[in-house]
Amino acid sequence: MSGIGPLTLLTALPIAGALIVLALKRAEKLARMIAIAVAAVALVATLALWARFDAAAPDMQFVEMHAWAPSLGLTYHVGVDGLGLLLLVLSAVVVLMSLAASWKNAKHGPVYFALALLLESGLFGTFTALNFLHWFIYWELTLLPAFFLVRLWGGSQGAKASVQFFFYTMIGSIALLIAFLAIYLATGTYDFVTLAQMAQNGGLAAALQQNLHWGGWSGEQIGLVLFWAIFLGFAVKTPVVPFHGWLPATYAEASSETTMLLTGAMSKMGVYGFLRILLPIFSAQMQEMQTPLLWLAVASIVLPAFAAWHQKDLKRTFAYSSVNHLGYCVLGVVVAARFTGTDLSLGMEKSAALTGVLLQIFSHGLTAAALFWFVALLERRSGGLRGLEDFGGLRKVVPVFCGLMGIAIFASLGLPGLNGFPAEFLIFKGAFPLAGWATTIALLGLLLTAVFLLGILQKVFFGPLGTEQFATEVDTNAEKSRVTRPMADLSTMERFTVAPAIALMFVLGLYPQLIAGKMVGTVTQWTTPASTVNLMNATQAKVSQPYALGATVRRAQVNWKVAN
Amino acid sequence: MIRILWLIPAIPVVAAGWIALLKQGRRKLAATAAIGALGISLILSVAAFVEMLGNSATQVVNFRWLQFGSQWVSLGWLLDPLAAIMLVMVSFVGLLTFIYSLGYMAEDENFTRFYCFLSLFAGAMLTVVIANSLLLLFMGWELVGLTSYLLIGFWYHKPEAAAAAKKAFIVTRVGDLGLLLGMVWLYGSTGTLLFYNHGAGCLEQSALASLVAHTTIGGMAVSTAVALLIFLGAMGKSGQVPLHIWLPDAMEGPTPVSALIHAATMVAAGVYLIARVYPLMSAAATPGTVSTALQVVAWIGAITAFFAACIAVAQDDIKRILAYSTVSQLGYMMLGLGVGGVAVGMFHLITHACFKALLFLGAGSVIHGCAGEQDIRKMGGLRRFMPITFLTYAAGMLALCGFPLFAGFWSKDEILHAAHGWPISLGPFYLGTAGALLTAFYMMRQVYYVFLGSRRTVDEAAEAAFAAHEHAAHGHDEPHESPLVMTVPMILLGLLATFLGFVGMPAWPWFSDFMTGQVTTLDFERFAEAGLLPLMLVSSVMVFLGLGLGWWIYGRKPIVSASQPDGLEQLMPLVFGALRRRLFVDEFYGATVIPLARLGSVLSDGFDRYVLGGLAALTALLVNGLGHIDDAIDAHAVNGGFDLGSRGLAAGGRWFAAWQSGRVQTYLRSIGIALVVFAVMLLWWGKA
Repeated sequence: MSGIGPLTLLTALPIAGALIVLALKRAEKLARMIAIAVAAVALVATLALWARFDAAAPDMQFVEMHAWAPSLGLTYHVGVDGLGLLLLVLSAVVVLMSLAASWKNAKHGPVYFALALLLESGLFGTFTALNFLHWFIYWELTLLPAFFLVRLWGGSQGAKASVQFFFYTMIGSIALLIAFLAIYLATGTYDFVTLAQMAQNGGLAAALQQNLHWGGWSGEQIGLVLFWAIFLGFAVKTPVVPFHGWLPATYAEASSETTMLLTGAMSKMGVYGFLRILLPIFSAQMQEMQTPLLWLAVASIVLPAFAAWHQKDLKRTFAYSSVNHLGYCVLGVVVAARFTGTDLSLGMEKSAALTGVLLQIFSHGLTAAALFWFVALLERRSGGLRGLEDFGGLRKVVPVFCGLMGIAIFASLGLPGLNGFPAEFLIFKGAFPLAGWATTIALLGLLLTAVFLLGILQKVFFGPLGTEQFATEVDTNAEKSRVTRPMADLSTMERFTVAPAIALMFVLGLYPQLIAGKMVGTVTQWTTPASTVNLMNATQAKVSQPYALGATVRRAQVNWKVAN
Repeated sequence: MIRILWLIPAIPVVAAGWIALLKQGRRKLAATAAIGALGISLILSVAAFVEMLGNSATQVVNFRWLQFGSQWVSLGWLLDPLAAIMLVMVSFVGLLTFIYSLGYMAEDENFTRFYCFLSLFAGAMLTVVIANSLLLLFMGWELVGLTSYLLIGFWYHKPEAAAAAKKAFIVTRVGDLGLLLGMVWLYGSTGTLLFYNHGAGCLEQSALASLVAHTTIGGMAVSTAVALLIFLGAMGKSGQVPLHIWLPDAMEGPTPVSALIHAATMVAAGVYLIARVYPLMSAAATPGTVSTALQVVAWIGAITAFFAACIAVAQDDIKRILAYSTVSQLGYMMLGLGVGGVAVGMFHLITHACFKALLFLGAGSVIHGCAGEQDIRKMGGLRRFMPITFLTYAAGMLALCGFPLFAGFWSKDEILHAAHGWPISLGPFYLGTAGALLTAFYMMRQVYYVFLGSRRTVDEAAEAAFAAHEHAAHGHDEPHESPLVMTVPMILLGLLATFLGFVGMPAWPWFSDFMTGQVTTLDFERFAEAGLLPLMLVSSVMVFLGLGLGWWIYGRKPIVSASQPDGLEQLMPLVFGALRRRLFVDEFYGATVIPLARLGSVLSDGFDRYVLGGLAALTALLVNGLGHIDDAIDAHAVNGGFDLGSRGLAAGGRWFAAWQSGRVQTYLRSIGIALVVFAVMLLWWGKA
């Protein structure tokens, strides 16, 4: 296969944009416009891919595969299934939203915009790469711009938060890297698709057993250790409780526009890892560890919801709410790993849970980004205030702002008719028959979400008009006297930029099939019982030499590509 | 008709969306759009109803909504007698309330938004009614919850209103989560959420049989577990004990909202839900027995009916009395469903919708006429100022009490009759009968306080303040009758409250026959059915007893002052005090559930801040410490060694440099010495 395909071009586009933006550092306004234009073009490009994507096909599409450094096991292999496609679109949407939100933020100069575009490239690369090595490069590439965005444009504690963020994520990344090196040593491949096939036909466990001699451990034991190492990498990123310690501070200290990127797009990298790597490659281990994993998922749903209720800072509240919402994704993935034998009806429940997870990925990205956008708009009006107790009765002065933010809040608490509900319904629908008690406890999260989100509405929007926040604006012209001036409602421009996000919430709430319809092939492929997959591959499990195995696998890849 | 049935909820929803985009100033346009849209819905509802009169077979339209893997989630709508009668009731009462609000809300600055929310409510409620899928019903169900939240908190600047709105949403959500769980369980067990789907729906024979056949925890049939979870949802929405606490607080909303949402329609949605899934509720019953689920429904209903009636006795806010009365009446409806079946419960739902909406609209008229006053102790003698309100209110009150021949008489009697014949226990019957007495009593008390006697205020100072306030608000001193847009809806409802009951009287049980698709005949001999007339007599005696007691305590001597203790308080201060404090249910939650949840949030937050934060700090300390140690090693060992080496080198260099003195004699001497040494060495080794 020669030539450069659409996914490579798409990944390169934001980098190119970032370079141009940096080059135009002097012409600040132009640089911003170009950055936003690039993000818009990227969105259009992902939508074009969306339109051309064959929903029914279970395989990777838009595949590119080039030999890169075969001696290192490095093949440039990109492609998307429904999951990757969905995340491409989501990343493009969230980055565009974040840049649009930054438009009026005077602190965010061209360098900020360039870093955000760089981050977008990293996201695109992460969601398309199918070979661990360059996937990992992209995975780390997103971390660098994110680190600087948090550190340089964050609040007073930004430096501390960014180090914590970097440190946590680094630990996860190192665990990931080591685990994959071990896998490579055993199997001779870094390719996700190949590894998934090997895991399904038992080749992976056999290879781990035969080629890794770790003090007499069995292949299963080694597999389990590797599973937990990789799990750690994704658990930090998503995050799963108790690996979320970095998140509240980071989300709160980063500027709200940066937090939009972190929660809207970057948090999805963890869920992506669960679906792309853990579920297909380590399904046996996930089955074995079902119970502890379920508890972690439930903890990720319930505990952050409790914690969110206790917060006094809007951003910290929404940060915890974000953990809670991703907890539903984790729950969906974990139950989908349950061993159900050949029970077809439970296979259907898995489809429901996984479709729900996919919807939730998109829905949470959209809603969380919108919520932090509203926080950014609020901060800009209040001079940086964002405490729950700082406001009161805002609905009186900024009705349009409150109305639109109210819609986003209700989307977040899963009101039918908005985007959150179909996702959560499907996850619960699938999870309950597969893990009844865990799902029942998880319902507590839904209740608490309502409690703290309505608490926000009550404290910030309702009640008598607060007085303090309107007197904080300092008018420098008028002898530095404090001027009382009512907070301004959303300008026409702001209304029109926010409106598409809100409209999308309604569209996805009323017609979730828009996304779910594109995910059919992928979900079917995920939930097809392993026994029916390509019996021919089963014979390959007996190959003893890692390199020979690699060779057969490579042949299998070629066959698979031809079939494509 | 069934093809376009979806228009009935869709038109008000579209109207709501359109009004939402209007500017706040377009008041007339907004009201016209909302009333017009609901008017069209009413016409369509009546058309659907008429069609059902001709042929009462259930009609459904199903469609595919959402795909997961190879499966589809389907939604749909249906038309059957149950839905048809509910459609007409909701859109009719809704329309009257919309019109009434023209007068009631005339001076409100957020008039436009009010109609937007009302219209959205109507659309959501009508969705609940026509849903042929538990999922679609749930979606409408949550949306009515949202509009209820928005409308309770409509005067959001009042902290009590904001708090009440939140409380309503959260308490009903507790029930909703039960409903959600029941729904996913039902979905998992039957593979569908469509009620009727040509034999494959979840309320149809094959699905029910499999639900009954499977058992779950404690040997309970799955059908029972699912039914109880769904009932939990109904309890939240319909204010059944112990989830009733939100409904009285919901009276913070504008009175038309209380009439429409918190009396006539939304709170009755729980009852409607149980009626809708009745085949599931009764699935586990074998002939001659009552299913566990229905037993629970009956008991909870009976307890609620009695419990709330008790509390209503001691309230002073005109709307709160009616709110507890609503809770109590909803209990009767549940009781009717539990002991008598769909027609019994639904008949009371329909009559109650008319007379309770009427009572609330009347209360609104009173509040409107008294410049916002809601304390019945500060009213009195209003019959002279507001004759139409008084007359219609009296009709509603008699209907609610179950005064013979009024609407409530027939519907409540049917419930008590069914309860009397219930094979499980007579407990619910006694609770219901006692509740009937209390109902008559608290309504009599209210009417005495509000309309009869003479006008009162607390004292002189309050009088003056009250008058001044009234001046500011309305420009005249005395309570006044409300405008026609408000009184005409009340008159229409008053007629229904008086006469509607005849469609369900034992001699001509049109209502239950319509529900079951039979033709009705007039036959007075049915009154002779065993036990029916004595029962009617008993319940009538109860009503007269209640009214008489009310007269004895409140009517014999006129109530002269607003600050004088309540008549009942003088008789039984302890009981009255406990009832006035609403039997401490809120306090109970305040002392148990809420602190527990708060504790959870403190612990969870503390875990993050101190345990995880501590770990992070510890790690930072460790890393920093390592850094210091490393620094020390660098400074002393590494650097020291390096320095030492360097110094050695330098010294060596200096020493060697000293050799390179440039003096030839020194060099020659060195060469000479070297030559000698070499010669000696060669000689020595060469010999060997």
